[in-house]
Amino acid sequence: MYSRTYKTLVAVPPLLWVGVFLLLPYALMFAHGFWLVRDGFLVHQWNVQNYRALFTNPLYLQVFLRTARIAASVTLCSLLLGYPLAYYLSFHAGPRKEFLYQLVIIPLWVSYLVRGYAWKTILGSDGVLNGFLQYLHITREPVSFFLYSPFAVILVLTHIYTPFVFLPIYAALEHIPRPLVEASQDLGANRSATFLRVILPLSIPGLLAGAAFAFVLSLGDFLAPLLVGGPSATMIANIVQSLFGAAYDWPLGAAISVCILLITISLLFATERLEKRWSFK
Amino acid sequence: MRDTKFTSRSPLLAAYSTLVFAFIYLPIVVLILYSFNRDGVGGFPPRHFTLDWYRQLFSDSAIWDSVVNSLIVAAASVAMSLTLGLLAALALDRANFPGKVLFRRLVLLPLILPGIITGLSLLMFAVFAGMQLSLFTVFLGHGTALISVATTEIFAGLQKLDRAQEEASLDLGATPWQTFWRVTLPNLKLSLIAAGLLIFTLSMDEIAVTFFLIGRDNTLPLEIWGRLRRGITPEINAISALIFSVSVALIVVWYRLRARTMRSSPR
Amino acid sequence: MSVAGAISPQKAPGSSAPLLEIHDIAKRFGQTEVLRNISLQIASGEFLTLLGESGSGKTTLLRLIAGFEQPTSGQIWMSSERLDTLPPYKRRVNTVFQNYALFPHLSVRENVAYGLRVKATPKHEIAVRVEDALGMVKMKDFVEARPATLSGGQQQRIALARALINRPKLLLLDEPLSALDANLRKKMQSELKTLQREIGIAFLFVTHDQDEAMALSDRIALLRNGAFEQVDSPREIYSHPATAYAAQFIGQTNLLRGEVRGDYASCGAIRICPVRGPDGPATFSLRPEAIKGALDATIGTPYMTFKATIRQQIYAGATELLEVDCAGQLLRVRVPAGEPLHGEHAFVFSPRDAVRIRD
Repeated sequence: MYSRTYKTLVAVPPLLWVGVFLLLPYALMFAHGFWLVRDGFLVHQWNVQNYRALFTNPLYLQVFLRTARIAASVTLCSLLLGYPLAYYLSFHAGPRKEFLYQLVIIPLWVSYLVRGYAWKTILGSDGVLNGFLQYLHITREPVSFFLYSPFAVILVLTHIYTPFVFLPIYAALEHIPRPLVEASQDLGANRSATFLRVILPLSIPGLLAGAAFAFVLSLGDFLAPLLVGGPSATMIANIVQSLFGAAYDWPLGAAISVCILLITISLLFATERLEKRWSFK
Repeated sequence: MRDTKFTSRSPLLAAYSTLVFAFIYLPIVVLILYSFNRDGVGGFPPRHFTLDWYRQLFSDSAIWDSVVNSLIVAAASVAMSLTLGLLAALALDRANFPGKVLFRRLVLLPLILPGIITGLSLLMFAVFAGMQLSLFTVFLGHGTALISVATTEIFAGLQKLDRAQEEASLDLGATPWQTFWRVTLPNLKLSLIAAGLLIFTLSMDEIAVTFFLIGRDNTLPLEIWGRLRRGITPEINAISALIFSVSVALIVVWYRLRARTMRSSPR
Repeated sequence: MSVAGAISPQKAPGSSAPLLEIHDIAKRFGQTEVLRNISLQIASGEFLTLLGESGSGKTTLLRLIAGFEQPTSGQIWMSSERLDTLPPYKRRVNTVFQNYALFPHLSVRENVAYGLRVKATPKHEIAVRVEDALGMVKMKDFVEARPATLSGGQQQRIALARALINRPKLLLLDEPLSALDANLRKKMQSELKTLQREIGIAFLFVTHDQDEAMALSDRIALLRNGAFEQVDSPREIYSHPATAYAAQFIGQTNLLRGEVRGDYASCGAIRICPVRGPDGPATFSLRPEAIKGALDATIGTPYMTFKATIRQQIYAGATELLEVDCAGQLLRVRVPAGEPLHGEHAFVFSPRDAVRIRD
């Protein structure tokens, strides 16, 4: 029922914009990965040096592995916090459900920076936590290892991504028809059996979506390490960021970015396939 | 249904959920509490109430300049990404064109990609195109990345819109253009407002993309970031507490609006 | 109407120049052919019903006339103007949608005024005509209401008013009563018919309910798998179904299969005489109520008779339906309600009621 003119009018502007400001920049990033810097100048000479460096220099692999470890920890922690919360809200919160749901959503709207900063003031050696511990006479000297460690990075990122993980899980749980739960009980399954055999399997697409989100976003994070991580928690995106800054090697930075991009896209692709396998519609 | 055993209270789960809520809200509470603490950030317990940090904040012109910059960028990003997001959603919903699947994925990519990728690729584009880094490049970054939010939100709204509504309008003699203004847009009002508010807050808070595209004029998050590198001050608590309050106020506005719109058209 | 009549162009009765003419329309969606060889004429003021099962193409035909779909081939004309090339908003045709499609963001008044407003009609004229239209459907008290607060029947009336205010030459109704419960539906049927008589606008009504079609229509166009099976008045279609499908879709019937030789036909143990038409295999439709018990029969000559055993007796108030077995052939017979029956009985029918049909 929509005319050609209509379709053209709505399709062309976003296509153009996305082509120029999204596709072209990504293409440029790919291109940069195959260029190099000589004497502080970018040289448009095609080569695979950057990628060779990536795979031969153990430093990069080490940072990559640390980043993956941190991202996996964040994902796991967010799931451990987010899933029970979503389950509680969906099945046991009763009339307070809507209110509690909003309460989980609110932090989503609160600045990343504000939340990262708040943790900094809590974890610091003269921070709130140390003050609290000394006030209770649990410790006498300020404890310095709270801040500037992989632990701090994991804590902050978990704090940021728990609501993100919560959302798709909650949506999946809400979509489970309640008669199924009743049918399971009717057939003699107790609460834990019903959870394990009906609710958990049906919520897996939401769980996967949440996990993918937390993992991918943690993987490319460079702000939390800068804010609370310190040198022992340097992540791959920090390397990229310094290559684009002081170290001035855009091609190498672009090559790493391309790797992050490819890992991200293949992860999302894999999750999508898995989600489809676990959705019964 | 509500009375079956399954939905009954389970104290252990309730306690655990309370702890999760505590974890989520602890930093925010601490932040706000210490913005009123005379002895500054840290130490326990906070002892002397003061508004000094807020006073300092209000006379800090650099902060307020950055707030104005952020507002400009956010407003422009809202206008830009809503317009293109609306068109993109309409195109995805109604038009068939080669590369549609790719287009859909591409549009949504910035939503799920780490900000550093979007930021860096646009930085390379800006340098390639010979643009000076400025608030304009920041706007390009925000606007482009946030089309994804607008598209998702408006597309969901379009899916809920009954095609027969538009057919009825055409049937009654309205041209496609009239139909768009009188039927399609009003039905998308809620999605548009939701997307607008979300884009506004996200743009106001954005830091990962902005980081690479910023010129001489700072946005608020980058101004704060810069100060953080120099050490923490209760003034930052104060501005953070304000940012939090504004965010919450926006959410409340949003829910009020939604409740009212829902009431006038329950379907 | 003869058997051949069902496949000739469907002429509108009475008037000289038809209001709407459909010429040999076909419609395909990709590989699937939804409509084929569709030709039809609608006269001014006529109430024509498109009757068919779901998937028979009736809604698609309606959407072709409204302009929401384009025919793959063929043409549609309205009062000597080519219609199928015009966009929906330039056609003097309005639609009552299946779920009414009232605009949820507009009040009843704004909904009804919509068509006039988009054509920039003067304000005072809109006010008068909205008042009239709402009066016509007895909904004057609801001008400021939002559609969502109205019941199904009320929404239906508003949808009617919203379409009729534009003074269309032809009103299309897409199963407008299907969402209503049985009682309200009966009431709306009679209101709809009365309204149509009063305003004299041609109605093209889509339904899958044969009773509704019988009750409302001047003519019924029976669709099956995208082609017309028969187009006739309800009486004609009932008493002279053209095909086995038509006979079975509209009312109940017995299909008698047999052989015609000369002026008689033998269908198993049942003989029909006289019959017309060529010799060879033939099928006849014989309505259950055309068969009568031999004892209470008041039937002219000639009549046919057969004996059959009662298998089942289904009570339905004023009448009851018998299932009888005539030498292995199962027949249904509708008789006035009476005593329980058992065993073998004699039945009679008039050969005029056995209608030879295409199988």
